[in-house]
Amino acid sequence: MLANLMAWIDKRLPLTDAVNKHAGQYPAPKNFNFWYVFGVLASVVLVNQLLTGVWLTMSYEPSGEGAFASVEYIMRDVDYGWLLRYMHSTGASAFFVVVYMHMFRGMMYGSYQKPRELLWIFGMLIFLVLMAEAFMGYLLPWGNMSYWGAQVIISLFGAIPIIGDDLTLWIRGDYVISGATLNRFFALHVIAMPLVLVVLVFLHILALHEVGSNNPEGTDIKKPKGSVPLEEHSKFTFHEQYTKKYDIVDAIPFHPYYTVKDLVAIVIFLIIFSWVMFFNPEGGGYFMEAPNFEPANGLKTPEHIAPVWYFGPFYTILRVIPDKLLGAVGMFSAIIVLFLLPWFDRGTVKSIKFRCTAHTVNLAQFVICFIALGILGTLPSTPVYNLIGTIATFGYFGFFLALWVYSKNEKTKPVPERVSG
Amino acid sequence: MNKFIRAFTFGIFALVPMLTLAASSGVHLDKAGNDLSDKESLKRGFESYINYCLGCHQLQYQRYNRTFEDLGISEADGIANYMYTGDKVGDHITNTMPAKDAAKWFGNTPPDLTLMARLKPGPDYIYTYLRSFYVDPERPFGVNNTVLKNAGMPHVLQGLQGVRTMDENGKLSEATGGSMTVEEYDAFARDLANFLEYTGEPSKLKREAMGYWVIGFLFIFLIFAYLLKVEYWKDVH
Amino acid sequence: MSNAPVNNGRRRFLTAATSVVGGVGVVGLAVPFIGSWNPSARAKAAGAPVEVNVSKIEPGQLIRAEWRGKPVYVIRRTEEILSTLAAHDDQLKDPGSEEPQQPTYATNAYRSIKPEFMVALGVCTHLGCAPTHHQGDFEEFVEGVKDGFFCPCHGSKFDMAGRVFQSVPAPTNLVVPEHSFPTADTLLIGVSAGEA
Repeated sequence: MLANLMAWIDKRLPLTDAVNKHAGQYPAPKNFNFWYVFGVLASVVLVNQLLTGVWLTMSYEPSGEGAFASVEYIMRDVDYGWLLRYMHSTGASAFFVVVYMHMFRGMMYGSYQKPRELLWIFGMLIFLVLMAEAFMGYLLPWGNMSYWGAQVIISLFGAIPIIGDDLTLWIRGDYVISGATLNRFFALHVIAMPLVLVVLVFLHILALHEVGSNNPEGTDIKKPKGSVPLEEHSKFTFHEQYTKKYDIVDAIPFHPYYTVKDLVAIVIFLIIFSWVMFFNPEGGGYFMEAPNFEPANGLKTPEHIAPVWYFGPFYTILRVIPDKLLGAVGMFSAIIVLFLLPWFDRGTVKSIKFRCTAHTVNLAQFVICFIALGILGTLPSTPVYNLIGTIATFGYFGFFLALWVYSKNEKTKPVPERVSG
Repeated sequence: MNKFIRAFTFGIFALVPMLTLAASSGVHLDKAGNDLSDKESLKRGFESYINYCLGCHQLQYQRYNRTFEDLGISEADGIANYMYTGDKVGDHITNTMPAKDAAKWFGNTPPDLTLMARLKPGPDYIYTYLRSFYVDPERPFGVNNTVLKNAGMPHVLQGLQGVRTMDENGKLSEATGGSMTVEEYDAFARDLANFLEYTGEPSKLKREAMGYWVIGFLFIFLIFAYLLKVEYWKDVH
Repeated sequence: MSNAPVNNGRRRFLTAATSVVGGVGVVGLAVPFIGSWNPSARAKAAGAPVEVNVSKIEPGQLIRAEWRGKPVYVIRRTEEILSTLAAHDDQLKDPGSEEPQQPTYATNAYRSIKPEFMVALGVCTHLGCAPTHHQGDFEEFVEGVKDGFFCPCHGSKFDMAGRVFQSVPAPTNLVVPEHSFPTADTLLIGVSAGEA
């Protein structure tokens, strides 16, 4: 019965073939480690955000008069409304946690290098859209921090010469942030951005499966056809799309091996997620900021405006540069250099395991600077913090510059032909 | 080299909490030590709120009937003893003070208090605030507050607490002349803080109770998922 | 590939067990999503029982109350109306109120708790229009019946107990909502006696 139905569908749509190509017969390196679960976790969070988002939309009122009260309506009057809302708000922060980990993984193992440049670009576009999505979503509760956070970020565009002021006016649709701004952010947050996001995720995965997954050693599991003796081929069956061009070694099918492994990771992630959501949904004031528990007030700025933690690194870069235009340029450059990472790195060895010591040190200082920038972003501005922030900003950009320099003639360790262990 | 990666990974996780040790500044707050599951305390806090606060401060997101239900007050009892405003039990707990006049009288409209415990650092803030009024002839209502400097609020509970004064070192005296002892007044403030923590998030207890079940379930699921993973990975060498 | 023989039984058992536990999780996860569609506290507050003071209604007069967004007709029927109700039973579809269009305590000749006060939803059982009350001039619709309701949309006719006449589109009598009289003068629409 089911087999008949599948046969009927397969004649009209290559469903079984697609499932095999991307799951049951997709060759994944057998040596994925801890760092390889964050892609799957990001998809789990994406689904969570989409579902809870749709449900929140059902009770939310996108208007300057009603938005704040409607969030409290969801928190109090709607059955399980508080749960859906916390799932969404905790999910927003979780999204950035897993995406930052995922990006770090890519940097550590050189997953952006040739031939995965486009894969990396799609990932960066996802990150960019995600930031826009999060920024717009943060305005919707219409709390006082929502309001002033949006005020600060939109004002950034005012730094652009000549058109700046008109541009900010156009983005807001009003002389101040108002119901008009809220309404357009709502439309973009619930429809436009998620659509783009889903399309980009699809392209990201498609590009991944075209070039194949990298692994912690950075060795290729696809060897030229005929170069490997048959007894050393992976014993599993893979889709002919992969086997007709290559000899596959050291690989296992994504399903069931990585689906069951990822399931364990997902459950562990859900335990941590639930712990935060049920016992500390405000995330110590980082996931939900206290000033957002009073309605937006255009006449009263919160004592200390801090962006949500995940914008912290970029916000600090903006803040430590003592010029409005250059600050904004610096902030956007911080994202642009990430886009260009595949071309800053002129090396051919992917994994940090086999690269020069300078690279390890460089990446370590980059991570430290990034985290420092993030923490500083949530702290008030003081001379000492500004000094640390300036150093960290140099460290951030210095990573890319140094990489470009030493990767040209890098002294690397020999990369094993085959995945070890 | 693998060892290095592992050290590196752990290092990153250790770094985050280390760097987040940012000192939280601000005034010292006394611990309220309130208990959200103590319904008698919540009821007392609710009653005090109705009698002393509601005249100026609304709870515009909180409904009477929800409060009755959560605090274990029967509807008939609630209507008779707690409902002086609103006509229906489903109404929000509001007052009839016109916002414009209020702004004229106090300089600002007295804020809604439904979410105050989440806006400020929790019930401790409310507990300490209510106990920290002192005589300051320079202020329009003759009192100031050490927690919220130049608060625009008169000390409406002075009859209960009495009067505190501040010496040159900024220390407050014991309250004198009130109808309550210090301990009684502290308990009174604790109940109010408890009640406002409740209104800040009425489903908090339910949330935490549900959390134990969900996490318990996930641990069971984890056992099965882990055994399944181990079973399949026997194939991989 | 493994040299040790694969224990298929264990593998199948663990797959099934994990699926079952995961299925329970999915069902649990669905609860908040489904539950959030129930009427909210706001909807329930707006749909709470409505109180009507019936002492001010003149004999023969109809007043409209609103309950859960629907018009509720409250009519104080005169002795004359009550005494003539049974006279046109043969022209009605359901004279004995066999259809469950009213609570059991209003399943009687007058379709009411107190004969004097008729309480019915002003919603035609055909397609939901509000029937018009015709006081004394109902004979243009039904010969020999002085008072009644005529639905302007598709011409359905009801008598003063909300009972539907034959050969009109409306299939059933007007709905009598749950109601009660906590005191002699107050009518509470939406809740039966003894329930609070």
